[in-house]
Amino acid sequence: MSRLTDKNLVIAKEIIARYPRQKSALIPLLHLAQEQSGYISREAMVHLGELVGVTSAEVYGTATFYEMFRFEPIGKYLVNICGTMSCALMGAHELMHHAEKRLGVKAGGTTQDGMFTLAHAECQAACTEAPCLQVNYRYRLRVSTADLDNLIDDLEAGKLSEEIPAHGVLAKVRQHIAPDRGVGAVSPELVDQAPAWLNGKAAL
Amino acid sequence: MTIVDPTAENIVVDPNVVNITINDKPVLARKGELIIAAADRTDDFIPRFCYHPRMSSVGMCRQCLVEVETPRGPMMVVSCMTPVAEGQIVRTATDTVKKAQEGVLELLLANHPLDCPVCDKGGECPLQDQAFSHGPGESRFVEEKRHYEKPIAISEIVYLDRERCILCDRCTRFADEVAGDPLISFTSRGNDTQVLTFPDEPFSSYFSGNTVQICPVGALTAKPYRFKARPWDIEQTESTCTSCSVGCRIVVQSSRDELVRFQGVDIDPVNWGWLCDRGRYNFESVNSTERLIAPLIKSDSGLATTSWSIALESAARIIRTALASGADSVAILGGARGTNEDAFAWASLADQLGITQRDSQLGDGLTPEIFNLEQATIDQTCAASTIILLSPDLKEELPVLYLRVRDAAQKRKSRILEFTPRDSGLTPYAWRSVSFEPGRQAQVVRETLETQEIQEQIRRGEVVVVLGRANLAENESFTLHALGEIFHAIPNAKVLPVLRRGNVRGAVAVGLTPQKNSGDAIDILTKAAAGKIECLILLGSDPLADVADSDLVARAFNRTRSVISIDTFINSSNRNADVVLPAAAFAEKTGTTTNLEGRISNVTQQITPRGTCRPDWMIATELGLSLGIDLGVSSLDELHQKMTSNIPEFSSCANNPIINSDGVLMVSEASATISRASVVLVDRNSYSYRLIVSRTMYDNAQSTTTSPSLVGIITKSAIYVNPLDLARIGVVDGTNIRVGIADKSIVLPVNAHSGVYRGTAWLPYNHTTVDVRPLLDITSDVVDVRIEQLH
Repeated sequence: MSRLTDKNLVIAKEIIARYPRQKSALIPLLHLAQEQSGYISREAMVHLGELVGVTSAEVYGTATFYEMFRFEPIGKYLVNICGTMSCALMGAHELMHHAEKRLGVKAGGTTQDGMFTLAHAECQAACTEAPCLQVNYRYRLRVSTADLDNLIDDLEAGKLSEEIPAHGVLAKVRQHIAPDRGVGAVSPELVDQAPAWLNGKAAL
Repeated sequence: MTIVDPTAENIVVDPNVVNITINDKPVLARKGELIIAAADRTDDFIPRFCYHPRMSSVGMCRQCLVEVETPRGPMMVVSCMTPVAEGQIVRTATDTVKKAQEGVLELLLANHPLDCPVCDKGGECPLQDQAFSHGPGESRFVEEKRHYEKPIAISEIVYLDRERCILCDRCTRFADEVAGDPLISFTSRGNDTQVLTFPDEPFSSYFSGNTVQICPVGALTAKPYRFKARPWDIEQTESTCTSCSVGCRIVVQSSRDELVRFQGVDIDPVNWGWLCDRGRYNFESVNSTERLIAPLIKSDSGLATTSWSIALESAARIIRTALASGADSVAILGGARGTNEDAFAWASLADQLGITQRDSQLGDGLTPEIFNLEQATIDQTCAASTIILLSPDLKEELPVLYLRVRDAAQKRKSRILEFTPRDSGLTPYAWRSVSFEPGRQAQVVRETLETQEIQEQIRRGEVVVVLGRANLAENESFTLHALGEIFHAIPNAKVLPVLRRGNVRGAVAVGLTPQKNSGDAIDILTKAAAGKIECLILLGSDPLADVADSDLVARAFNRTRSVISIDTFINSSNRNADVVLPAAAFAEKTGTTTNLEGRISNVTQQITPRGTCRPDWMIATELGLSLGIDLGVSSLDELHQKMTSNIPEFSSCANNPIINSDGVLMVSEASATISRASVVLVDRNSYSYRLIVSRTMYDNAQSTTTSPSLVGIITKSAIYVNPLDLARIGVVDGTNIRVGIADKSIVLPVNAHSGVYRGTAWLPYNHTTVDVRPLLDITSDVVDVRIEQLH
């Protein structure tokens, strides 16, 4: 979609203030941009580059390193169905076929209404609970085709919006760091004292 | 550093020297030096792709593995990441090392398309060469190779073939570390890693051509050279670039008597191997079909081709007629384009004819007096603790000097104190950047130098002032007054004069500069406009297009009876000339050139001059003969000898072979000082904007407009103001507005630019579409314009 909204710009500035070097804030800012639109648009990357003082090419280089940042519009719910060994043995392929039929899209596609993106996933480390899937990285375990239908019904009806926020939202509670606990814009080489809030104790 | 042979008697132990052994031979290394750098001084070659001596090591390619003895036996290390240590034993060619190097090469080639027969790099490719010398010979990979769209244009000039790329990080590192334009970056991860720009944002760096030169494979290729030649049918010679006055060393390469490529040569005192794109690619103009190839003479139907003898005779007749009414009725403009020898021959001819009115600058530089101040070299500038910039934007006008100064500020702890009318390319790297409104620089400099913080910095060590003309829309005296303030505060400051024209320093040294108190180019044009000049000799100059005051120069040309032009192209000034003599271009003639720091180095002929073109010096001697004057030289060697013995500044380069490599500094003695003077401040009406007019890298210079690869990137004219001022004018970015002064005005787009300060407006000079010169009046101190909406 576009650049950061005014509301998110305030949050972005707070995030930037936590780091001694502005560009260190890039990953949390990319998350913020993804939260805003569900994916990271080009305009957002240009904006982030301006905010932290790097070129958009550098933002792009950093962002594309990470698989969970998306650069194309994506459904509100990203359904990742595991297809690796254990899940495959326990019926993941049938589950995928069922999901494809139910949602009317092939794996990798997004439904017309923009609600669901269906995707193959490699092992999600829940082999004992196969077959498993994730909706916006929230697990659903030992999923049967009926479970999947129910899940989609519930998501469509908005019954799970508390538990599963839209794609891009990391957590319902946003981390806040009081300004006096931030490192501030001081170069690490110039810091010769521990932060005041440690009260003279060792950092770890 | 002094390297001491430890086996000699009277051993002096230098703490910076480390003794190591490479392949059983003792090697002296510098403390902190990398093994690969130490090995480069021996005969043992360590293969490498990512290591580049002018950039930081990253250890990306793993090709430079060597064995180092440790207490637990030999260990494999990456020689570009491992510093030397006392007593270190290095082996570069054991069976283990060979096996490792072969293994790495096999992996690097796993996805490489091996399309060498159709690759520009084939024949001079480090990957190809080292696959032969250090590779396994065959691959065990049978899998399908990675495929990408073949080549994609990442800028107007550079093409990227990602299939060939081995991800060595040289281009991306160069763009970030050296050029400061990180517009290309590694994207994605693992097997998908590739170098890319931001989508639809080109790699529009002024230095992009260097990435092509340092690419160790054929991944980056340049449009002007693509499929033009193969390395084995290239002939080459070392020379010095004269596109600007930095004087970068280059290799001029030709194939079938046509220039095909320039490559940078790494010399310590100047360019470190780097070139700017304009210098690298404007050789295309030498090959241009628009070049003048025969003498032209005025006829009823315009300029007509003629023979050299007729052209020289009529030129001589014109000069003789003009001289009959006094030596003051002839003037020479230009001469900074050619070699020292060219300029010397013309200055000698002028001397013999008694012509004192000559100027190799066109009112856009500074008085040649600045060459008589205490001088600094580029190296001294970059080693100074404080570099004061009182100069044009080096990135735009002297790009490789920008790289050197940027490097000094980034890596060598020099601090830049910048005085500038608008943000320059070096502003982000400046320790302090102080802005001034044109006309007020002396006052701003005085006040700044009085602050305690600045005084402390100045006391830390050497101070060098990089001095040049930042603004064509102000009187040059403002810059000199500001310099006077600097000398008042820092009497021992040295000066690096940065006048931009290729060989302006050499031309001034040999005498193509106002003689015996006669006026400079502007005075000459003013006299011409008053009808007092009968004959103008244009020595590779185009005043009608180049002098900042179009009104003055048009009047001057209207009143001048005859014009003789020595040039490589037809331009606006010689279109109606009486005689046009075709000159040999760069790479078509041999000689020497002088860079901005006074470094004399050779330029070499590589191709046959087009048509019947002759070098300027030859034209001067021939014209002399037609005028009954014998300059006493019949060859370039004789001319060079005569120049080095007649011109004291050039005595250092007599019979000195170093002019063929690093160059020799001219002899200069500080004889001038510039002292503080009181300046009358010119107030600005708060409704108007004070103009800053300066050049950018790609403008309508003849060598750029006649280079097909560069002509597309010349910027269109626009005026730039501060975003807040844009709001005050009441228009949005890109709207056409009227810029006016007195009864003259031009219409062009206005753009917001946060690097332009409030109350000023930046107008880049000599761009396409709109001529901005009607606004400029060279006699006024500063130029204040009105900016209004169109109605």
